[in-house]
Amino acid sequence: MKEANDVILRTVSKAAVVIILTFSIHLFISGHHRPGGGFIGGLSFVAAIVLLFLVYGIDKVRRNIAVDFKKVAGIGVLISVFTGVGGMLAGKNFLYQTFGQVHLPVFGQTELATAVLFDVGVALAVIGTSLTIIMSIGDDR
Amino acid sequence: MNNTIVLPIVIPIIAGMVMVICKNMIKLQRYLSIAVTLLIGAAAAFLLEQIKREGVQTLYLGGWEAPFGITLVADMFAVLLVLTTALITFCCLCYAFSSIGADREQHYFYPLTLFLMAGVNGSFLTGDIFNLFVFFEVMLVASYVLITLGGTKMQLRESVKYILINMISSSLFLIAIAFLYAMLGTLNMAHLSVRVAQAGQGGLMTAVAFLFLIVFSIKAGLFLFFWLPGPYSAPPTAIAALFASLLTKVGVYGIIRLFSLVFYHEPNVTHLFIGILAAVSMVLGAMGAVAYWDIRRILTYNVVVGVGFILAGFASFTLEGMRGAVYYLLHDMNVKALLFLLGGTIIHLTGTDKLKEMSGLIRLHPQLGWMFFLAALALSGIPPLSGFIGKLFVTTGTFQAGYFWLGGIGLFTGLLVLYSVMKIFMQVFWGYTNYTAETEKGTTKGLLWPLGILTAVVLFLGLGAEALSEYVDLAVAVLSDPRLYVDAVLSSNL
Repeated sequence: MKEANDVILRTVSKAAVVIILTFSIHLFISGHHRPGGGFIGGLSFVAAIVLLFLVYGIDKVRRNIAVDFKKVAGIGVLISVFTGVGGMLAGKNFLYQTFGQVHLPVFGQTELATAVLFDVGVALAVIGTSLTIIMSIGDDR
Repeated sequence: MNNTIVLPIVIPIIAGMVMVICKNMIKLQRYLSIAVTLLIGAAAAFLLEQIKREGVQTLYLGGWEAPFGITLVADMFAVLLVLTTALITFCCLCYAFSSIGADREQHYFYPLTLFLMAGVNGSFLTGDIFNLFVFFEVMLVASYVLITLGGTKMQLRESVKYILINMISSSLFLIAIAFLYAMLGTLNMAHLSVRVAQAGQGGLMTAVAFLFLIVFSIKAGLFLFFWLPGPYSAPPTAIAALFASLLTKVGVYGIIRLFSLVFYHEPNVTHLFIGILAAVSMVLGAMGAVAYWDIRRILTYNVVVGVGFILAGFASFTLEGMRGAVYYLLHDMNVKALLFLLGGTIIHLTGTDKLKEMSGLIRLHPQLGWMFFLAALALSGIPPLSGFIGKLFVTTGTFQAGYFWLGGIGLFTGLLVLYSVMKIFMQVFWGYTNYTAETEKGTTKGLLWPLGILTAVVLFLGLGAEALSEYVDLAVAVLSDPRLYVDAVLSSNL
């Protein structure tokens, strides 16, 4: 996979990974009102990591990102489910979501919604699951 | 609004995910999984009382009212099944503690079982047909992993069949849902019921109904059971018992729910056809059970007979028949779990599944022998055990509906079933004892008490049928009068 003369690939991917990661966060945040959201935000995040796999090899990436992605997926689902349970604790229906206008120091008047928390969970679950799948298929061990 | 309904789905998911994070803490996983089944049992019991007092309970997820959002609906039938599921999962988990092995425990056995449970409970409780599909998939994905867990040659071979057949039926399921949505413009089951009643169940609608019937028949092993004997005999005992008692029954639940709530306008076509399928699968299943001399095969063919018999009661579409179907469904889930666990224990002790190589086990294991005897009698419906009351009502129902052939086949295959399990009992427990405590391949240490619990339940379902009748009647009331279900779901906005 990683050959001696892949200088162009390495140089381009170093820049591209940053762009893809930024774009994935943009997709995630825009998902609240426009197309996007936790699922595709998570998937495009995974795309960046997969590019790293292709360029540097799974082992090297694994050494640098020492995270068990199964646990990431688990934590993601827990976050999502607990935002649902939060609605129950507030005396509303399961999965009830709410939002409000908050004045933040830098951003000014901002709309904050509990649905974003749910989406964070979704994104983590998607990242964890797809990376687990890709790593277990791509691994030789 | 009643948030208790979501607990049987959410609790196992939360606990399962905690277990995924704490992968190596096996002790914690054991205690947690037991606690989860007990909690769900408690929630279901609470719901039972609530439904008895206040009628069908609903929950609009996220506050989006029906028919726009996803609705969870807890009627008596669904909650009875949730309670039984909790009980069976509890016993299978206890049995797994001393039989499943450290390797499988390490590789997510407990979380997978809980995800399976979440899928099963979700399928019972959802009031939205697309959501039903999703919960089916949750359950199936967990079962795909459980069936391959351990990776023996036989498991891998059977899992290919199992996954393929379920892929096909799931895609048919999706196609059927798409047809339904294109014709009626809704996915909420109560709303579907209203729309079908308004538009009339014409030929096209009946065709879609048949598509659903094919899907659920594959899942339930009704007539289309050719895939079933292999996969159900491959995995270890505790998992096989869970599969045999839960997975096919979710398919049965799908048929009963859909054909009592939505497609109930043409019973002369759809329900008669279900009756024919039930008769054929009873006959073929009984033939399989009689023909084989291998414990696992005999028991898996008995699963098919059980499914046929439950749906024979439903197909009669009379009050008595449906009451019998509900009783027999509850009985069948328990007794199949018990028989699979007993059969697995016998194989574990003797090291073989060939009947002809075993004999005289009762001298060493009298409790095992007597429990098997009770389970065998209960399975074939000998009074006063649990199968009797269901069998009585199913037979009465089919006779009332004029389907004498169906009731007759049910009774006759009952005899063949009795023969097939008595064959196991006589071969395994009677005769000359050629084992000693030393030459046995395994011990029953820690395996007997979960079996004891299930046997007690089998006795209770028979002797305490009167105590249960109130609940079963309420379940049948909703099945026979879809308006109760529809009004509970749509009352606020239609």
